Amino acid sequence: MTQHPTGGTQSDSPGFGPDLVEVFGPSQQDGGPELIQLLTPEGERVHHPEFDQDFSAEELRGFYRDMVLTRRIDTEATALQRHGELGIWAQLLGQEAAQIGAGRALRPQDYVFPTYREHGVAWCRGVDPLRLLGLFRGVDQGGWDPAANNFALYTIVIGAQTLHATGYAMGVQRDGDVGTGDPERDTAVVAHFGDGASSQGDVNEAFIFAASYNAPVVFFCQNNQWAISEPIERQSRIPLYQRALGFGFPGVRVDGNDVLATYAVTKAALQRARDGQGPTLVEAYTYRMGAHTTTDDPTRYRLSNDVESWKLKDPIARVEVYLRRNGLADDEFLASIQAEADELGHTLREGCKSMPDPQALSMFDHVYAEETDELRAQREGYAAYLETFEGSNH
Amino acid sequence: MATQKITLAKGLNMGLRKAMEDDPKVLLMGEDVGKLGGVFRITDGLQKDFGEDRVIDSPLAESGIVGTAVGMAMRGYRPVVEIQFDGFVYPAYDQIVCQVAKIHFRSQGRVKMPMVIRIPFGGGIGAVEHHSESPEAQFAHTPGLKVVACSNPVDGYWMMQQAIACDDPVIFLEPKRQYHADKAELDESATPEPLFTSRIVRAGTDLTLLAYGPTVKTAMKVAEAAATEGRSIEVIDLRTLSPLDMGPVLDSVRRTGRAVVTHEAHVNLGLGAELSARITEECFYSLEAPVLRVGGFDTPYPPSRIEEDFLPDLDRVLDAVDRSWEF
Repeated sequence: MTQHPTGGTQSDSPGFGPDLVEVFGPSQQDGGPELIQLLTPEGERVHHPEFDQDFSAEELRGFYRDMVLTRRIDTEATALQRHGELGIWAQLLGQEAAQIGAGRALRPQDYVFPTYREHGVAWCRGVDPLRLLGLFRGVDQGGWDPAANNFALYTIVIGAQTLHATGYAMGVQRDGDVGTGDPERDTAVVAHFGDGASSQGDVNEAFIFAASYNAPVVFFCQNNQWAISEPIERQSRIPLYQRALGFGFPGVRVDGNDVLATYAVTKAALQRARDGQGPTLVEAYTYRMGAHTTTDDPTRYRLSNDVESWKLKDPIARVEVYLRRNGLADDEFLASIQAEADELGHTLREGCKSMPDPQALSMFDHVYAEETDELRAQREGYAAYLETFEGSNH
Repeated sequence: MATQKITLAKGLNMGLRKAMEDDPKVLLMGEDVGKLGGVFRITDGLQKDFGEDRVIDSPLAESGIVGTAVGMAMRGYRPVVEIQFDGFVYPAYDQIVCQVAKIHFRSQGRVKMPMVIRIPFGGGIGAVEHHSESPEAQFAHTPGLKVVACSNPVDGYWMMQQAIACDDPVIFLEPKRQYHADKAELDESATPEPLFTSRIVRAGTDLTLLAYGPTVKTAMKVAEAAATEGRSIEVIDLRTLSPLDMGPVLDSVRRTGRAVVTHEAHVNLGLGAELSARITEECFYSLEAPVLRVGGFDTPYPPSRIEEDFLPDLDRVLDAVDRSWEF
């Protein structure tokens, strides 16, 4: 009998196959031996037999810019919440590389189904960051047009969007936009979710549907180790990427704090999908540096030591080190990005504060595509009621 | 065009076929809907004629069926999904209530959700548990969904096509007990009434009897029986449960002064409660008696050997008619 890290014991009974590997032991602290990495936390470029690729200086600087600006969106939004301008904010701090790598690997025709934390992917898709704030300010429930950027609205119910992504991918198949060899046409779909969502029935059903129909979908799981206060050990007894095997498609674990690796791996997974080779699970192994949302207090459930050790793996710092060391970016470039971030921050602050509250009667809009008489009557009734108040403005 | 006599199952099947012929974006998906043609054979022959890409046998996962249909709709398709039995819809409840119902609203009208969720509903077929339920109130209570129930073969044919053509998500309830029961004359060249309308199916002067789905047939028998006692009952087939088409109902009650509602669903907080409230609000001074409700008791659906005691039948509805006169 061996002691399991969660306190249980396992029997060494050969008839039932190998014992569970001890996945949460010391060997896993850096993501385990199968972690795909192209840039170490120290900024050293390393090579991988399958996923290696060359990056131009322009691409590398672009990743850096994307990550810095995405982090600024996040810190500004967090500050806006502290100032009472947002009701809540879901922070992405620490997950910039996972999202920018995944976002930049997309082609225009690809379609993304996010959770509520994919601010970096939204940035890559060209969604105005100001539009992201509406949901959290309480002035709308998603202020962008999904079709304009092939970026669905944020989904709050954990994991529900993985099924939407799979169904969308099944539609792509029916449109014949898979495996034609035309890079402008072949289309992949990305479902974002997290380690907590991996426990949801919908995510598991999405895996089954996608596998069964060989749908062109990439399941991109940002394993940030925490589902609010619950650690990954509460969700899974095996590394998440290994779950894919049980559903019949490949899974890989990539260093989610390495933008080069997340880009290269996602790009390959998207191409598999576009080529008609079906779904892939990409587990981006990362860490939620901030709280779950601005209402959360992680000091109640996790050690600052863990956070400190992950600070050493910061996704932006390693790219900056690499750029500087290789003469690909100078002080002037870095300062220009900083200035751009400051400008973005200013735009977000001013834009957020000047977002008007919706008119009360707008709640009656768009409940249906074809409005019902019942609802029209309710709207008119409430409008008439409001009219009875002096100086009413709705 | 010549008319033909068809069952409800045939009417629904023909309606699905016509919708698929008219619009290549219409897809069917569900458990056993392909080769088998569905456990009730509603999709019989459709996979053979339209192919596996348009008539899709799904894994056995209801949330997966509805959730993937959401994605298909976002891609421009018009999915029609079959939930095999009423009691199996609950695994998909989250997708229906939180996603399907809200996407048009939360996207400010940018994303349409033209989906039909077909649910065979109601009891009376001697089935084991979870196969005889009437969950309509759960969906009628959800803004963003539209809910309809057909009661006869001709409506099955037309309402199915209209629901598929609707840009809003429609919960389409099919009285499974009626699937293969009675035949009716279908004239495919006729012009159907709009989908979200109720209809007087028997004119009367003394009492308004409201029914939908499987209880319409019961209501017609009640009216016949009452007629022999000299009572003239007007029967309204509601057809649409959300929105309710109250015009014909209120007009009728103002004339008759009495109303009884009957459905198989539990009485407590069922459609009857809503109808009663609205009739009372609108027709208070016309009423000779309170609106009475006859439905399933507030118990779980019982074992099938006693289901006829649970379901509203001729005698229980007639009893309510008598009670209406006693006030």
